Amino acid sequence: MTLIITLVAAIAMFCFRFARPEFARKNAIGVLALMYFGASVMWIVDGVANLIEGEAFVELKDATILRDDAILGGCVVALGLVAWLCLLMIKRFSASRSQRGQ
Amino acid sequence: MACFIVPATEAIVTSVVAHKVRKTQSAQEAAHPENTAPSAGISWKTKLSWLNTMLWGGTILLALEHVWHGEVVFYPPFLTAVESTAGTGVMLREMATVGVGMSVLVTGVWLAMVFVAERFPFVRRRLVSEEK
Repeated sequence: MTLIITLVAAIAMFCFRFARPEFARKNAIGVLALMYFGASVMWIVDGVANLIEGEAFVELKDATILRDDAILGGCVVALGLVAWLCLLMIKRFSASRSQRGQ
Repeated sequence: MACFIVPATEAIVTSVVAHKVRKTQSAQEAAHPENTAPSAGISWKTKLSWLNTMLWGGTILLALEHVWHGEVVFYPPFLTAVESTAGTGVMLREMATVGVGMSVLVTGVWLAMVFVAERFPFVRRRLVSEEK
């Protein structure tokens, strides 16, 4: 479920990046999309490893695990947003500092 | 268990490489401004930033999952699997299989992205114009 949520977030961000290129370029939406995409790719490998060991690729039967993974997926998306906001603030801060320097 | 350590290590290496490429490219751009024309293509600085972002982003988000499942803790030895010899063996095996697999697949996806960005003129033009 974490993989599905992160993958949906990555696809949504990629769509947004290409639908609103100017806004996306100013706000580094591509970075956020790539972060989610990178994590999704890694979880796909984890899912394949689970399959090889005889487990499910994505656990969808057990309601407790499903709920836990969905909450984790939400937290992952939120952490991605926090990391992106920090990066954006650093970029803006360094850009304004270099402008002041000139 | 600790599979994210392998892509994290790759991320450190690619970050160092990207830093060196950025320095070299800035020096080249200063010396030959004609090479910054759109016909010069997408710079390696940008291409490497895609790989770095995927690796660092994936590592950070996977680290959260490991903390969530109690496999990574905030006190020594940080990885709960290291507390027993059997656990260490399982962890190392997982790093060698799943961790290496993660690094290889992310790098493969990045290579495919670079291929598409270079081979398809529409994508290339758009990315070059966004880069400037």
